[in-house]
Amino acid sequence: MDYTEMWRNLGLNLENHAGLLSVLSEGYKNIYLSQKGRPKGMEYFDFVISEVHGLRIKEIADAKQAGRKVIGTFCVYVPEEIVLAADGVCIGLCAGAEVGSGEAEKFIPRNTCALIKAFMGFKLAGLCPYVELTDLIVGETTCDGKKKAYEVFQNITGKVYVMEIPNMKNEESKKLWHAEVVKFKETLEAITGKTIDVGGLKKGALLVNGRRRALQRLSRLRAADPAPISGLDALLINQVSFYDDPVRFTQMTNKLCDELEERTRQKIGVSPKGARRVLISGSPMAIPNWKLHSIIEGSGAVVVGEESCVGERNFRDLLDENFSTVDEALQKMADRYLEIDCACFTPNDERLENIKSMTQRLHADGVIHYALQFCTPYMMEAYKVEKALGKVPFMRMETDYSMEDVGQLKTRVEAFLEMLR
Amino acid sequence: MKALGIDIGSRYIKGALVEKGEWIGFKKSETTFNPLERCNEMLRELPADRVIATGYGRHLLEVHGDVPTITEIRAFARGARAFFPNCHTIIDIGGQDTKVIALNDQGNVWKFEMNDRCAAGTGKFLEIMAKNLGYPLEEFGSKALTARQEIQLSSLCTVFAESEVVSLTAKGVDREEIAMALHRAIITRVATMAKRFPLQDEVVFAGGCAHNPCLKVLLGQSLRRDIRVASVPEMTGAMGAALFAEQDRI
Repeated sequence: MDYTEMWRNLGLNLENHAGLLSVLSEGYKNIYLSQKGRPKGMEYFDFVISEVHGLRIKEIADAKQAGRKVIGTFCVYVPEEIVLAADGVCIGLCAGAEVGSGEAEKFIPRNTCALIKAFMGFKLAGLCPYVELTDLIVGETTCDGKKKAYEVFQNITGKVYVMEIPNMKNEESKKLWHAEVVKFKETLEAITGKTIDVGGLKKGALLVNGRRRALQRLSRLRAADPAPISGLDALLINQVSFYDDPVRFTQMTNKLCDELEERTRQKIGVSPKGARRVLISGSPMAIPNWKLHSIIEGSGAVVVGEESCVGERNFRDLLDENFSTVDEALQKMADRYLEIDCACFTPNDERLENIKSMTQRLHADGVIHYALQFCTPYMMEAYKVEKALGKVPFMRMETDYSMEDVGQLKTRVEAFLEMLR
Repeated sequence: MKALGIDIGSRYIKGALVEKGEWIGFKKSETTFNPLERCNEMLRELPADRVIATGYGRHLLEVHGDVPTITEIRAFARGARAFFPNCHTIIDIGGQDTKVIALNDQGNVWKFEMNDRCAAGTGKFLEIMAKNLGYPLEEFGSKALTARQEIQLSSLCTVFAESEVVSLTAKGVDREEIAMALHRAIITRVATMAKRFPLQDEVVFAGGCAHNPCLKVLLGQSLRRDIRVASVPEMTGAMGAALFAEQDRI
């Protein structure tokens, strides 16, 4: 299928975009399709990736045509249930590749984290069809870099709406956040022209909780030894969860999980039983950031979990679906989302407990703390995490999307794995 | 049985031949643009029954010669213990990275720190700076030790330090003093890494840069420890790999 016309209509830079797609498909072939013993259910996700800027974009464009609004987000704090209640389409935006950094650096400093640079770069270089389809881009005040970058992004796109995320979890903060959730609902009503009612919120809650349950199930299955699925594939599924249709995604993930259950019963794994098991903890890995996973799994170990926004933080907590009024629903949502243990909070001791419990539950032999370079909140918390983990082997890693440090990272990862013997 | 360890570094390839735990042969050659050819030469010159490769280029031999590999971190731990049985900390300033390795009582790697991507504070940095100041690399350290006054450098970045060196020479500062300041800048950085671990028993300075007397003196001052250096410090990694090849199943 030729999507050139669609991309042209969206105002993409066709030449650059063709380059991006060819790099992406080459990278996917080398990193993903070369893996041995993958579950059959991954075929769906391979297909989704091959159509990441094709069929999915067409679906969203069609939905838009039919009158639905498209809401772009960058953060797991944005309550997706409300978007769905307003019959909106919720999309996590592109931020995982080193593209358009030169363009981005015209607006933001060089020493900005790769994720922020990427979302600016994708837009400025005309490479992200999703951002072009959005009616509203929801930012949030999780870190200084994002906060200030959204101001610039607003100047460029004129579609940015920022939610204020408090930095503490006390009573005053809870009130502030609740008010932000209410305001978000009103904003969506204004944009969509629809009234958000309990029925809609229930429907939204059911959909998003369904997806969370499927991802929780996937996470639990990764505890088996031998691991029934590679960390790379599990990471991919988590990345896809941010932009795929939620109904279909949930269905396909559950189908994959059925297969993984069967594999576990038959003791079929992607690596031999007893392979060293690593938990990744820290900054989010937006699609197509597969760098650390591919280094670790290329060295013979298996990644068994991501304590990350693209991972556990996104699906750990379910929303309490027992509400009977809109007010009650919004309160429950505010409570649920404030549970998230992002490093932008102080103190953030829940995160330490969560990492410890994931390490145990997933039988990880060691933890690699991953921070995007210049992602101060996670870089700082690495010290506390190391201390909290006690005797569990631990390694800190700071990197970005570029490939120039792969040699050094590989040496560090291999030396770390040698210590786990 | 003879066992060979090959340490493929960014600047040099080192080969150590071992028999019954004793070192019986050593060779070193520049890595050049064709490291595989250099490795094959070494395999011919130091024939062995078992081989293990280590160092930055270790996977080259794994792919082309089916040679098992270990990381230089593990190799240095074993090699340093062979020379200094009480060693608990190893400091290696290599061609493109700097490492501090802490060992447990059994001699296994307990923790390690490694600099990230840039060449600041590595052997390559010294090499570039020696050239800028017109010193042969072998004399750089001993000449730096003759500095009479202390000056400070503000940057360790290879690019910035280069321009700082230019402006200092333009001001008429003695090159010995600049040389000393460059050495001190490197050691400040390495010592910061080393101080993240409790230092106990022997601290071993390994890798080619350990030949540099100024680095050794400054490291000792900075860590307030006696610093041990093997007679051929650049052999540490190759020696460790050879001992693994002889004694362990990888």
